[in-house]
Amino acid sequence: MDDTGFFAPLADEQEIRNFNINFGPQHPAAHGVLRLVLELDGEIVERADPHIGLLHRGTEKLMESRTYLQNLPYFDRLDYVAPMNQEHAWCLAIERLSGIEVPRRAQLIRVLYSEIGRILNHLLNVTTQALDVGALTPPLWGFEEREKLMTFYERASGARLHAAYFRPGGVHQDLPPDLLDDIAAWCETFPQVLDDIEELITENRIFKQRNVDIGVVTIEEAEAWGFSGVMVRGSGLAWDLRRSQPYECYDEFDFRIPVGRHGDCYDRYLVRMAEMRESVKIMRQALEKLAAPEGQGDVLARGKFTPPKRGEMKTSMEALIHHFKLYTEGFHEPAGEIYAAVEAPKGEFGVYLVADGTNRPYRAKIRAPGYAHLQALDHIARGHQLADVAAIIGSLDIVFGEIDR
Amino acid sequence: MDRELLETVVAYLAETRKDAMISVAVVADGIHVDLVPNEIVDFVDFLRRDPQCRFTTLVDITAVDHPEREKRFDVVYHFLSMWRNIRIRIRCALREGEMIDTITQVHPSAGWFEREVYDMFGIFFAGHPDLRRILTDYGFHGHPLRKDFPTTGFVEVRYDEERKRVIYEPVSLAQEYRSFDFMSPWEGAKYILPGDEKGEGKEA
Repeated sequence: MDDTGFFAPLADEQEIRNFNINFGPQHPAAHGVLRLVLELDGEIVERADPHIGLLHRGTEKLMESRTYLQNLPYFDRLDYVAPMNQEHAWCLAIERLSGIEVPRRAQLIRVLYSEIGRILNHLLNVTTQALDVGALTPPLWGFEEREKLMTFYERASGARLHAAYFRPGGVHQDLPPDLLDDIAAWCETFPQVLDDIEELITENRIFKQRNVDIGVVTIEEAEAWGFSGVMVRGSGLAWDLRRSQPYECYDEFDFRIPVGRHGDCYDRYLVRMAEMRESVKIMRQALEKLAAPEGQGDVLARGKFTPPKRGEMKTSMEALIHHFKLYTEGFHEPAGEIYAAVEAPKGEFGVYLVADGTNRPYRAKIRAPGYAHLQALDHIARGHQLADVAAIIGSLDIVFGEIDR
Repeated sequence: MDRELLETVVAYLAETRKDAMISVAVVADGIHVDLVPNEIVDFVDFLRRDPQCRFTTLVDITAVDHPEREKRFDVVYHFLSMWRNIRIRIRCALREGEMIDTITQVHPSAGWFEREVYDMFGIFFAGHPDLRRILTDYGFHGHPLRKDFPTTGFVEVRYDEERKRVIYEPVSLAQEYRSFDFMSPWEGAKYILPGDEKGEGKEA
């Protein structure tokens, strides 16, 4: 309306307002409950404002009123795609603060299951990224393998997802021999499946058009935005905590660190595919070491932090008392603070633990890799097409369990 | 991590940045620095640029609440140097209501971490471009990770069939929230039991 009161369409200087849309929280390509407010100029993203916290459960607050052992299952519920890798960080923090030496067999089992977790995660991420850009078959093939891996989780811990298998001082129970044989058999067949998936995606014209040169991250940007894991390796920086700050017995294993060259979504996809092959390699070595005489023995560092053996409890009063006290009062962690990190499939997953000498953490901060990655979405997606946002979110590899905590 | 390298970096920091630091030491997971809060931006920028340090990656910012202390909050920064493969932790003690400068101009990734600390502890970061709440609900009151905030919170939500929308109500628990005191009276007791004073001095 102009001041004459009549509606007069502006001819030359039209006022054009940018268009705001809500991407999610129920959008299938948002990988969970991400509410993304996008400001669009036509189809170009001018600004992306992720609203997170829709899955916030107050894990860190809850942890302050529970014992160290009761807190362990919360870690399964963070990044629920690779649960054991999270538990690992928590166990490492407790072990390093109290100086527990984990028995070799438990270390090997941890390595084995961390790599299973890595494959679980990358299978989900790679195939759903393909789904986001229009391919339906890869997730079906990938999830079939995930199902087999989750059966291995179940056979070790009793649960497909929320395993609570890694415990401070080792792992909960030893693995039965036939499970090790079955994992070894799976390691033989899996590379063929990877080849099949790669055949579907890697040279696929549509997949390449949607991912090559999209969401480019340089090394400088990766540093400035606090990236870790595949997000820095995709940009060409060979940084992997398993190699640079080895924990457990990763320094004994022979594996390569794949790096990308361009730092775009496609390179990150390639890095993930290559990492899965390396993980299978690590798993084979771990199985070999588990079968060797040095790989035998107990899976828990027996002491005040771990339960006594069942048989012992039947005969020893002290063992029975210890068992009761461990599962009611829990163990007391010496006062101090520690930061422990593992190379989770998504990047550096860390736990900052402040202990005050009681049986509960005074403060536990969970450092999730996805938090830093999602934060950079605004930076990465700016100037891209709306359709590219789905591809970028896919390659950032975000899971809201760990971001919202 | 290489202990020798950590020692050299600590010695270097103690030499060049003596005034900013209250204390500096090598700890189990890297270097620990207690810092004067006013110096944070300079110090972090120095750590990032200095070729001896190159702490280019901000890993985490968080806070710890100690309600009994006069300087109630510890703001804790973790940095990683991918180039020298070392970690550093910086701790600044703040009073309630005291502000600390934002480091977003040095590390853009600090944005969300500082928002989270603000959301959870109510610590203000001066100069932050966009200091909104991040993890809690729209319109949330209070700062949940403070020790005086109850774990149950103050309000709960449910869908109201009559009003056909989600409503907020004060929390009503069907059962008392169970927070156990596990401290053993044999280990944690500070009081003197009647008769204990007779034993004083005899053992020594």
